Amino acid sequence: MLLVHCPYCEETLPELEFTYAGEAHIARPADPSAMSDDEWRDYLFIRSNVRGPHFERWRHLHGCGRFFNAVRDTVTDRFLTTYRAGEPRPDLSSLKEAAE
Amino acid sequence: MTALTPAFIPGPLAKSSALVVSLLAPTGRFSLRAHAAVLPALSRAIGVDLPSRIGARASAGTIEVLCLSPDEWQILVAETDALRLSKGCASIYAEAPHSLTEISDREITVRIEGPKAADLLTLGCPRDIGRLGEGEGCRTLMDGATVVLWRDGKDSFRLDIWRSFAPHVVALLETGCAELAAE
Repeated sequence: MLLVHCPYCEETLPELEFTYAGEAHIARPADPSAMSDDEWRDYLFIRSNVRGPHFERWRHLHGCGRFFNAVRDTVTDRFLTTYRAGEPRPDLSSLKEAAE
Repeated sequence: MTALTPAFIPGPLAKSSALVVSLLAPTGRFSLRAHAAVLPALSRAIGVDLPSRIGARASAGTIEVLCLSPDEWQILVAETDALRLSKGCASIYAEAPHSLTEISDREITVRIEGPKAADLLTLGCPRDIGRLGEGEGCRTLMDGATVVLWRDGKDSFRLDIWRSFAPHVVALLETGCAELAAE
């Protein structure tokens, strides 16, 4: 089982308490009606699907109930870090160094 | 579909040499959601200093408060004091906007006591029970159902279970109670 660190509870807890909530840092466009159909499709459906460190959202559903962001390596399933929603993306190169 | 309504009569549910599982009498319950800025005013109205660390508890008189989330608290109160608590919060609503919802009938509470109480919880709860301090609490999972777990002592726990999930969770507790005694 994966252990996930919840940045709100400040505890490392079992995966079962959490749910996955898709890719992180996808902001809703300010004016959707000004967008073309293709741009809107990209916003709704097109995701980066990276191989390696992936910025993604998780929710501590059976706990504090908060959404937060995580960087998880999609190859090894290893969590490089988790951070609160609304915080900027952490620097990937320093995270990789810290993980090694 | 046939739905049987369990009676939920307070009293012992399962008993063995290892532990005792009993259903507690109904109590007043509230869910409080509020912003951190209005906490001092709410603490005065409720009469308990609301804890801000997740998992921390506070109590005064018949009121018990558990912090579940940065902006969410579970409040237990004797049924006789429930009205006073909700009126007290309503009176400061204009200065301290919040959401206080009565959820007394949403859950039932089961007490688990005995030398193997923590072992019983490990049957359905993925958390490391040993890391939950005495006098703390948390919202977690029990055999797939969301529950609120209160640790009152080394071998004494309370489990708030949503009514509709209770027959399922209690069945596991009863089985576990017998199994742990057979070891």
